[in-house]
Amino acid sequence: MRLTCPNCGERDRREFYYYGDAIALRRPAPDAVPEAWDDYLHNRKNPAGDTTDLWFHEAGCGAWLVVDRNTVTHAVHGATLAEKAKR
Amino acid sequence: MGYSGFRVIKEGLFGQRGWKPVWRDPEPKAEYDAIIIGGGGHGLATAYYLAKEHGLTNIAVLEKGYIGGGNVGRNTTIVRANYFLPGNSEFYSHSLKLWEGMEQDLNYNVMHSQRGLINLFHSDGQRDAFVRRGNAMINQGDDAILLDTDGVRKHLPYLDFDNVRFPIYGGLYHPRGGTARHDAVAWGYARGADQRGVDIIQNCEVTGIDIEGGVVKGVQTTRGAIKAKKVGIVVAGRSGQVAAMAGMRLPIESHVLQAFVTEGLKPIINHVVSFGMGHFYISQSDKGGLVFGGDLDFYSSYAARGNLPMKEHVMDAAMTLMPAIGKARVLRSWGGIMDMTPDGSPIIDKTPTEGLFIDCGWCYGGFKAVPGSGFSFAHLMATGQHHEPAAKFRLDRFRDGHGLMDEEGTGAQHNLH
Repeated sequence: MRLTCPNCGERDRREFYYYGDAIALRRPAPDAVPEAWDDYLHNRKNPAGDTTDLWFHEAGCGAWLVVDRNTVTHAVHGATLAEKAKR
Repeated sequence: MGYSGFRVIKEGLFGQRGWKPVWRDPEPKAEYDAIIIGGGGHGLATAYYLAKEHGLTNIAVLEKGYIGGGNVGRNTTIVRANYFLPGNSEFYSHSLKLWEGMEQDLNYNVMHSQRGLINLFHSDGQRDAFVRRGNAMINQGDDAILLDTDGVRKHLPYLDFDNVRFPIYGGLYHPRGGTARHDAVAWGYARGADQRGVDIIQNCEVTGIDIEGGVVKGVQTTRGAIKAKKVGIVVAGRSGQVAAMAGMRLPIESHVLQAFVTEGLKPIINHVVSFGMGHFYISQSDKGGLVFGGDLDFYSSYAARGNLPMKEHVMDAAMTLMPAIGKARVLRSWGGIMDMTPDGSPIIDKTPTEGLFIDCGWCYGGFKAVPGSGFSFAHLMATGQHHEPAAKFRLDRFRDGHGLMDEEGTGAQHNLH
């Protein structure tokens, strides 16, 4: 599997650290109900198919990426910088 | 129809013509007292114990593929009870006891082989941790023996003891650990359940769960609607999809775990050897193949196959541990879909829907749990009460943070297990 970093181009998967679902970008408000925090931290849609998740270009530019890919085929559709992603 | 040595000889003399299929292939009925979604090891064991322990025989197991075609046929067949934390400890202890009586109970040879499991350690700190784990295992009533370097050498003379990075200081020996023939476990439970009247319905995919007023009424399938008062979801690898049919989101991410087998070799590895520092473990099958595996690929996946970096890592670890393995040729590799929970421990619980139960989240350790999971899940479905050894496998432990079972001590967060 290779990911295309917007800064560095196509790179080996081993340069990246996987964080998980991009739900991590949608942090609840500090006073949100406990269920909202449970959904944010634990509960997952966990799709078999297209998914959006967060990868850290640890051995490259150090950017966090939002990656669109497919969990069934391992196809990678594209990646954007997390700092530019809509919150 | 029972199995015996006499029967094997008799069939051998008459051209093996007397063997019959060991479970029926029934049409689904319009209604059952209970439905189990998922005909894997856990689902079949659940059906078996519902029938045997609770007298519930008007039940069906719905399997979208074929029996033995999922994770129960894709694992590396390790059976052990060497857990540390309350919750896991009593559960796996109970499960191992069921393993020890399984073949007689099922009248089926599952080739359960208690050849012993050895977890290696490579530093003083790791030794302390394993002493503590061994004491926890003994307190639970199971067996654990601390081996020093020479003790390990007696059992496993072929290891590289003086590796520069990971010299072997000793190991924690769990003599009752071992392996079993994974397919036979599924077949044995399927046969046992069928003999007690359970309908095992293959090629029957559940496409919806019928819920009215918060109460489960039945399921929609590719072979029509089936009513039931109770429905159990036991679909490791697809838990998220089936739970979504009941409007639930689970604390589960699906990951791929790879495994490997070499060509058949003469006996060399008589135990299960676990090299935790390399995320590597190995045993030898009765056919002679060296069966080994490593850690997750560490990205969510349903592909049932992994990528090359983890393959390379596993081969590295194998060569580090026992350089002799370099002479062996890998025959094939494959991947299984793991239900990973945030704390790395499973879930056996009721759901917010009345009559709907769920058994999931077995992470990379589902095979050894097959009998215990089936027994405890059947208890929960039949009585509405949690079975004591599995009472801590609650679905809501993540929400309130109470009773998390983080066996690795890395934190109860999705990407850490």
